[in-house]
Amino acid sequence: MIATSVKAKINGLPVEVPVGTSILEAARSVQVEIPTLCKHRDLMPTAACGLCIVKVSNSRRLPRACATAIEEGMEVWTHDAELTRVRRTTLELILSNHPNACLTCGRNGDCELQGMAADFGIRQDCIPRYVRELEPDTSTGSIVMDFSKCIKCGRCIEVCQEKQNVWALSFLQRGIQTRMAPAGDISLSESPCIRCGQCSAHCPTGAIVENDETATVWEALRDPDKYCTVQIAPSVRVALGEAFGYPPGTDLTGKIYAVLRRLGFKAVFDTTFAADLTIIEEASEFVQRFVHGKGELPLITSCCPAWVDFMEKRYSDFLPNFSTAKSPQQMLGVMAKTYFAEQEGIDPARIYQVSVMPCTAKKYELERTDEMFASGHQDVDVVLTTRELARMIKQSGIAFKELADQEADSVLGTYSGAGVIFGATGGVMEAALRTAYHRITGKNLEKEAIDILPVRGLEGVRSATLNVAGNEVRVAVAHGLNHVETLLNQVRAARERNEEPPYHFIEVMACPGGCIGGGGQPYGVCDELRKQRIQGLMQSDAAMPLRFSHENPEIQTLYRDFLGEPLGEKAHKLLHTRYAARAAYKR
Amino acid sequence: MYKLRKIRFSYLIWETFCMNASALAPMETMDPELRGMVERCLQEWEGREGNLIMILHEIQNRHGFVPREASLFLAEAMGIPMARIYEVLTFYHYFKLIAPGKHNLTVCNGTACYLKGSGRLLTELERRLSIKDGETTEDRMFHMESVRCIGCCGMAPAMVVDQKTFGKVAVTDVAGMIERIRLQEESDA
Ligand code: SF4
Ligand code: SF4
Ligand code: SF4
Ligand code: FES
Repeated sequence: MIATSVKAKINGLPVEVPVGTSILEAARSVQVEIPTLCKHRDLMPTAACGLCIVKVSNSRRLPRACATAIEEGMEVWTHDAELTRVRRTTLELILSNHPNACLTCGRNGDCELQGMAADFGIRQDCIPRYVRELEPDTSTGSIVMDFSKCIKCGRCIEVCQEKQNVWALSFLQRGIQTRMAPAGDISLSESPCIRCGQCSAHCPTGAIVENDETATVWEALRDPDKYCTVQIAPSVRVALGEAFGYPPGTDLTGKIYAVLRRLGFKAVFDTTFAADLTIIEEASEFVQRFVHGKGELPLITSCCPAWVDFMEKRYSDFLPNFSTAKSPQQMLGVMAKTYFAEQEGIDPARIYQVSVMPCTAKKYELERTDEMFASGHQDVDVVLTTRELARMIKQSGIAFKELADQEADSVLGTYSGAGVIFGATGGVMEAALRTAYHRITGKNLEKEAIDILPVRGLEGVRSATLNVAGNEVRVAVAHGLNHVETLLNQVRAARERNEEPPYHFIEVMACPGGCIGGGGQPYGVCDELRKQRIQGLMQSDAAMPLRFSHENPEIQTLYRDFLGEPLGEKAHKLLHTRYAARAAYKR
Repeated sequence: MYKLRKIRFSYLIWETFCMNASALAPMETMDPELRGMVERCLQEWEGREGNLIMILHEIQNRHGFVPREASLFLAEAMGIPMARIYEVLTFYHYFKLIAPGKHNLTVCNGTACYLKGSGRLLTELERRLSIKDGETTEDRMFHMESVRCIGCCGMAPAMVVDQKTFGKVAVTDVAGMIERIRLQEESDA
């Protein structure tokens, strides 16, 4: 019989863990935290930093706990004077290649390296500093890479290559010369980078951060000629709280509206409203293709700009499959500068539209194509990530936690539970199916069937077959771009054999977990945290009386008074976009 | 911040251009001769991923360096990410990514030469050629480089100019070395 678990001792405490468990994980099971810098919970160990060394009974070497499996009968010691001394020296060596720049760094106060230096009580430079001066890369406008702050842990590369399958980053050269760099040593905007920001979400230091645009927003808020409006994305509401000590997943919608008004925004909108709008257009598109056979199947969702960019660069044979409906951010932007402006009698040229997003790629989406200027102006003027909004609130001197809840501003503020779950992987699919079902059958899903459970969860690819009025609807959901290829290859294979496509509808989100795990969300992301944020959205959806996008009264008014029919001429002009193949490398 | 937004705007123009030109890949402007050569290398080594280093070697041997288009072509043809190819290319000092200079000026930076002032020779070369250590002049005429000990410690500081070794080089000799090559080139032309 093959043993499936091993018994060992850590600091004298007995542990029993599955075979293959690392010493690091085994120690966690008995509440022992071994210091780590390079190992990330989501990622394979790179064993680069050397901080996690431990003593083991069967060897005189000091193995790295993150990359060493615990063995039967092993005795492990994780903390003693010698280990602390070695770790301290290792840390000092890392710091000697790092600029002393905490005060002006994007990670100040929320940096794993800084935290480690604090924990070890580093009070002086013991080793002469040698820092490689390399120009920061600001070319994408979404993220900023400051190579001199890189500790070469390899997380970003692991994420970009293995989790996202983009291969925009790699290590170049070797030894002391090693540096993390855009693939092929060009600027990031010339590389295949899709600006998902997952590298910044996983980096332990300030080497990769979002492009901070808070100063631009402060300036706009203080400009008396500007009429500043704001929208917040579904996934922001369950993550912003983490920056203020709330447990992950706490829905703070009401407080966020309140603080945005205090910051000086004249109108506070909710991207979730526009999520409902996207659903109406996208579900109509689906029905048109599925029932009336007009257009390619599967229909593929397009509300994630990083995914759109990836598809345009890598899978351009799927251009006709993409939903032409714009993302909720862009729909809200154009509605604010047309419909809202008209209703309130405000000159759209004066409206300055800020959006708060979980995502760094949304900064890129603003100017993606001409259609992002459908109102005659730039529809959304600037994007702040969740982290940037947290920073603004802290700067403003507003006691966020004490604020009473408020409501969003009407005409673009009411939303359904279907819009809320947009922020989680599978949520767009679920929301669209709720409405598509109604479109096809003329009836709403039964109360027990509203939660479309097979598309929920955190597996990389999930698929389901649903019965809609006797028709089989086959759907699939993927998140984390490394999961897309298999799915698309299945579709390609069927296409080549001239068969029915294996799926009718596919949802893709670039970030693992969907937008709740976006590259601009508060730091510390791992599956545990993703689950809590998703839970927060699901609870809010379940608690809402309004659970269908097509029942949102403000959406109904919008179509009646302004847009006309879904997919109609006006809707098409304002709410849809185009895609085109692009070269992955510009150079 | 203003600067950033400006960059983004010009980026937009570039993007729009790309879309109209239906995704013009840098590779498509590749010199047909180079392309043929790369294709032959690929055939010889069956284009297998395990043979990447051998293929890159072959390209460098035949072409003098590994041009960017060649790497892009390989990435596409072999289904290997460009990032991986550059990891290999930059890992080994052997590979050159830009056309080498026609004339190579190498300064020994071994201990003996260093003590005898090779640093000053380097500075003088950098000043005269307006390039840095390891770079090539824009006209591709000169390439300069410092290297580890070349085994001529007795004649420190030493330089190698186009495979010919010079010993006890003085800073004042440098200008003459460059000038002689230039004159030679002019009379050849
Ligand atoms: S990365 Fe961390 S340690 Fe380095 S300067 Fe920034 S805050 Fe300080
Ligand atoms: S933003 Fe995404 S695609 Fe770009 S380098 Fe980072 S992880 Fe890779
Ligand atoms: S940029 Fe950050 S994540 Fe990437 S290797 Fe450097 S320190 Fe690690
Ligand atoms: S955490 Fe194990 S080597 Fe860095």
